[in-house]
Amino acid sequence: MSKLFTTTALLAALALPAQAVQPAEGETLADSQTYTYWLLDAIKTLDPAKNTDVEGSDVLRQLFEGLMNDNQTGAMIPGVAESHTESDDGLTHTFTLRDAKWSNGDPVTAGDFVYAWQRVVNPETASEYAWFLELMNIQNATQIIAGEMTPDQLGVRAVDDKTLEVKLTTRTPYFLKTLSHATTFPVPQKVVEQHGDAWTQPGNLVGNGAFMLDSHNLGVDITLVKNPNYWDAENVVMETVRGVTVNDNNIGLTRYLAGELDRVQIPAGQYPRLSQEYPDQAISIPYSCSYAYVFNVSDKGPEALKDVRVRQALSLGLNRDIIVDQVLQGGQKPAYSWTHWAIEGFQSPDAEIATMTQEQRIEKARGLLADAGYGPDNPLALSLQYNTDENHKKLAIAAQQFWKPLGVNITLNNVEWKVHTDRMQSQDFDMARYAWCADYNEATTFLDWFRTDGYNSGKWSNAEYDKLMADSKTAEDTAPLYKRAEEILAEEVPAAFVYHYSKVDMINPVVKGLPLENVTNAWYAKDLYRIAE
Amino acid sequence: MFAYILRRLAMAVPTLLLLIVLSFLLMHLAPGGPFTQERALPPQVLANLNAKYGLDDPLWRQIWNYVWGIVVHFDFGPSFVYPDRTVNQLIADGFPVTLTYGSLAFLAAVLVGVTLGTAAAIRQNSWLDYLAVGISIGAQVLPNFVMAPLLVLTLTLWLGWLPGGGWSFSDPSFWIMPVIALSTSYMASIARITRSSMLEVLGSNHIRTARAKGMPERRVILRHALRPAMLPVVSYLGPVFVSMITGSVVIDIYFSTGGIGKAFVDSALNRDYAVMMGVTILVGALTILFNLVVDILYAWIDPKIRY
Repeated sequence: MSKLFTTTALLAALALPAQAVQPAEGETLADSQTYTYWLLDAIKTLDPAKNTDVEGSDVLRQLFEGLMNDNQTGAMIPGVAESHTESDDGLTHTFTLRDAKWSNGDPVTAGDFVYAWQRVVNPETASEYAWFLELMNIQNATQIIAGEMTPDQLGVRAVDDKTLEVKLTTRTPYFLKTLSHATTFPVPQKVVEQHGDAWTQPGNLVGNGAFMLDSHNLGVDITLVKNPNYWDAENVVMETVRGVTVNDNNIGLTRYLAGELDRVQIPAGQYPRLSQEYPDQAISIPYSCSYAYVFNVSDKGPEALKDVRVRQALSLGLNRDIIVDQVLQGGQKPAYSWTHWAIEGFQSPDAEIATMTQEQRIEKARGLLADAGYGPDNPLALSLQYNTDENHKKLAIAAQQFWKPLGVNITLNNVEWKVHTDRMQSQDFDMARYAWCADYNEATTFLDWFRTDGYNSGKWSNAEYDKLMADSKTAEDTAPLYKRAEEILAEEVPAAFVYHYSKVDMINPVVKGLPLENVTNAWYAKDLYRIAE
Repeated sequence: MFAYILRRLAMAVPTLLLLIVLSFLLMHLAPGGPFTQERALPPQVLANLNAKYGLDDPLWRQIWNYVWGIVVHFDFGPSFVYPDRTVNQLIADGFPVTLTYGSLAFLAAVLVGVTLGTAAAIRQNSWLDYLAVGISIGAQVLPNFVMAPLLVLTLTLWLGWLPGGGWSFSDPSFWIMPVIALSTSYMASIARITRSSMLEVLGSNHIRTARAKGMPERRVILRHALRPAMLPVVSYLGPVFVSMITGSVVIDIYFSTGGIGKAFVDSALNRDYAVMMGVTILVGALTILFNLVVDILYAWIDPKIRY
């Protein structure tokens, strides 16, 4: 989708009243409107400024509401913002807020957003996601996070209770798409200041979402109940939402089959069987994460990987079809680009590697390695690091086998997550397994990772790539820039992209309203309802 | 005896201090810290996080502040991973759960294990003995990570009798599977120790004398054999009790109990120093306490033992 179309769609969406999904013709609502879903782990925090987890975001989306929400297909629709205007230079965004209330009955004001956003960048809050406001390009965010300015200098102000003005440092095409992220949710100043860190605990937490916190038994379950003060409460059908922690995915599936859960992730490799046995329940939908093996091209990395021919050969040697069809078996797709194929507005480049057969790839890889001086007389030895996980292990073993015929000897290096992360950030690795999930439904969430000043831990750097990404911030049509950026990644191969994720879940067919076409999988319990069996 | 108890309790203080210092140092030796994550944090944010949690102080001061906080305020500090909660809260939430299922599992293991072991010894080489030994071996080769999913499959999925996991203090149906899964292998060990110890005692001179005097077999067993036979069982039970009530990560994972067993493992993996220290101190203190209890029980069972 072009930028023009995206913007038009957003503006059109803002002009429409937001409405929860309602039962279709012929559907009878169940007596009990409860949705129970699976959580792999305990919810770490319910503070929007401190949350860093996807699972935490899922709960926060019910307890709080930002300026915008995702709709069923991942497009932006109004949340607390009723309308929006953008200055001609694209640097000033003004939002008019609807008559929304906190769960204690207080009105939600523009000041609540100002307080929340200033709190996020305030170094005293020590928000691990403070960078998100930098990514939104809000004026002075970077300087405040660095301690060079005070939080009240952030480019956001309440013109009045109903009008919020946001100033950006540069035109940001994806700005509106960031506004459904949990980090941007408003928080009630009075409550935060009254209770301190304990403001998010049951009995204290005040939110502006469609649901309120009822109980939170850490590592066991979290229960939310419908918020009668929510501005659209009359259209909310679901009464109770329960997240149940089950640390073992297989037991989670058992509990789903026993009827205790309405949604659970399917353990790796079980999708083919379950989709046959439960065709109306097993789903595989695109999910905006990409998996890769990152090459360390920094000074600390091995000499061999600094040679682009070696990196290209390693990428060519991976049999992605076997990985997705034989190992993962959950509807994942082979990755020949970094950006997930289903990201809105993204057009995958026509990568040569994607059109070749595996035999052709192997043949080309051999030639590249020989040109680089590696072969039977000078075998290439590298290590592949991955964090402890059965699936990462399976894939690493597969990669080791794929590279063996090329004369590349791989030492597998399994370490725990913190060690993996620490080593990646200090460039203490040859090749490392990595995955990136989109923060918002737009290609820069992936592509910014490989900027010279991005997070790319292999320390690959390319001036043309950096310029493309910088230009994309102000371009009218970003698609060609993103496409060229991906072409550079395909030529330079700073990482071997392995596969694009799918969300592979079992969903109780009586639960309706879960988004199956939203690549970020952002769901809202206000859109759910349960029909009679 | 009283002086001995006081002496042991006084010795517990330096032992715990040593435990704290060693654990603290070991934790900080591990690569990565509590705020190491996929995206490196901006330096100012990292500095503020370190300042907030006192991680920018020299190590000796961190240890001192930590111990001081515990001694003066009984404050184990904030969790780095669960910013909404303190370590005191995490332990207060998780420990009662673990204590409940752990104590019940311990009781079940002791009652069934001792009964089974005693019965097997009394009827040595009978069908009862073979059955008891068979059950013990069966239970031993089914560790809790095998038992737990089997129980969920059977009692939840097939029979639909019990909830597959979760925890409620007011609903015992949540306790049954954790207790069975946790107790079985311990029960088997207790049965085997009881059986062999009982066989040894039953073959001793004082039992032969008692039988020769015509004492009823029931009285021989209960009054003269069982008590001395319990000595090796009791020495086994001390550390077992501590390990059962301080949590099993397997039980917590499979039954989502919210106990501190998993919290402890998670804290180590997440480098959540304060939680890790809190649970380490709890386990250390309980180990010291129950070793003392075992010693006291020893003296009660065998009056010849003097301290």
